[in-house]
Amino acid sequence: MAAADELAFHEFEEASNLLAETPDAVTTSGSGQLTPQGHVAVAVDSGGSYGAEEEVEESDKTALLQEKQQPGFWTFGYYQSFFDVDTCQVLDRIRGSLLPRPGHNFVRHRLRNRPDLYGPFWICATLAFVLAVTGNLTLVLAQRRDPSIHYSPQFHKVTVAGITIYCYVWLVPLALWGFLQWRKRVRERVGPYTFLETVCVYGYSLFVFIPTVVLWLIPVPWLQWLFGALALALSAASLVFTLWPVVREDTRLVAAVLLSTVVLLHALLATGCKFYFFQPLPLEPLAPPPQATSLPLNLLPPPTPRSQVT
Amino acid sequence: MAKAAESSGEPGTTSPRPLFAGLSDISISQDIPVEGEITIPMRSHIREFDSSTLNESVQNTIMRDLKAVGKKFMHVLYPRKSNTLLRDWDLWGPLILCVTLALMLQRSSVDSEKDGGPQFAEVFVIVWFGAVTITLNSKLLGGNISFFQSLCVLGYCILPLTVAMLVCRLVLLAEQGPINFMVRLFVVIVMFTWSIVASTAFLADSQPPNRKALAIYPVFLFYFVISWMILTFTPQ
Repeated sequence: MAAADELAFHEFEEASNLLAETPDAVTTSGSGQLTPQGHVAVAVDSGGSYGAEEEVEESDKTALLQEKQQPGFWTFGYYQSFFDVDTCQVLDRIRGSLLPRPGHNFVRHRLRNRPDLYGPFWICATLAFVLAVTGNLTLVLAQRRDPSIHYSPQFHKVTVAGITIYCYVWLVPLALWGFLQWRKRVRERVGPYTFLETVCVYGYSLFVFIPTVVLWLIPVPWLQWLFGALALALSAASLVFTLWPVVREDTRLVAAVLLSTVVLLHALLATGCKFYFFQPLPLEPLAPPPQATSLPLNLLPPPTPRSQVT
Repeated sequence: MAKAAESSGEPGTTSPRPLFAGLSDISISQDIPVEGEITIPMRSHIREFDSSTLNESVQNTIMRDLKAVGKKFMHVLYPRKSNTLLRDWDLWGPLILCVTLALMLQRSSVDSEKDGGPQFAEVFVIVWFGAVTITLNSKLLGGNISFFQSLCVLGYCILPLTVAMLVCRLVLLAEQGPINFMVRLFVVIVMFTWSIVASTAFLADSQPPNRKALAIYPVFLFYFVISWMILTFTPQ
């Protein structure tokens, strides 16, 4: 039981301390009942049934811990443990990221602390290809309106999309995880997420952008912004609800700054993709205005003679 | 047997006797004869004939390999549940198909590189690294197919899409327009479906039953990207 004691959450330690003081009390750890000092609320209650539940939870934890004796990282089995999901589990996790609810923590409820790498990897791959393909399709639509635009497959955009999205899903969770580890000593109750769980949360939260990007084909600007805002709201909400239990014991300033940085980075990704891959369609027979990001060279011609004549 | 009785009847020995130690002392009163027949199956022809292909002419070697590749092409074009692709895998077919596809996707224009379609190296990288990624994915999910067998199947199932590329190039020689595009779209969609059906017929059985969709989805994405490259090809 020593191993289980080491890895017990602090709430159980406090509860057992308090239980030792008052042997007839039963502790309830309510997640919403946090006093300003951050101690667990103790409700003196009759019946010892909760003690039995606690034991069952602890033995469950030890069983899980023994399961998690992973092989070394140089073996194939180590990586196989990250792909240990079934089809229905992946679909369930996707559904969980699409419908974030305030009380439901994605990591605890959906992942159940068993992160997988299948979801994030293939969602990012799909998103990269869908971005490039639909961006190219908008060029086709633009060319139909204005034949002077030169259509090209723009295959290099696949590379750009892929690199951007994969870097986002690996580097930002790395930074976030590092920051949370650094602040670990301030937090008492809830342990931080592992790196893979953070990657998993980010990966699944990007799923909502896949249908949004397809819907961005509709050439109505305000509709595109509406879809974008909706997707960003859902995605960022899923991230915030997952991170909230971890940061809420921190100081208010740190929590606010962290959450707003997360949301801001997400918004940057969304708007960046929108501007780079979806150039605004020409309303008049003029080429689209030059943008800061790289464009194919022959999309920057001088105004066509038609407009000069009129 | 008298000896065995003596040795086992000693009381109070301090060292424990090993389990079957008494057996060596037992003498069997009657010898049981051991006789019978052992037959070793012999190969009907001489063994050396199979393994020396060094002495045959180059034409024989090439024709044999080409025939093997051609036979597998037939299996892809008419997909049935057979094990030929898996049993005798080879990577010649995928190489031929990949090079053909990459060559046909080259444009004859002098546009700047950033503007154009996929370069030869990009097609190569997408096909081979895509196939490797899908194979790794299916192995990580617990499939029991070997690495090269999976590469072989995925490579051979590009054949319908290569045929689509040929057809598209021929169609593009005619006048461009919406009908032209519709014909190309139809051909590419049909061949894309054919590729997926062919590769699923070979690969689906090797996956655990509750993860089949997880293993097939990347194959779908892979052939979708290749179809997209074929469809957006415009010779300038």
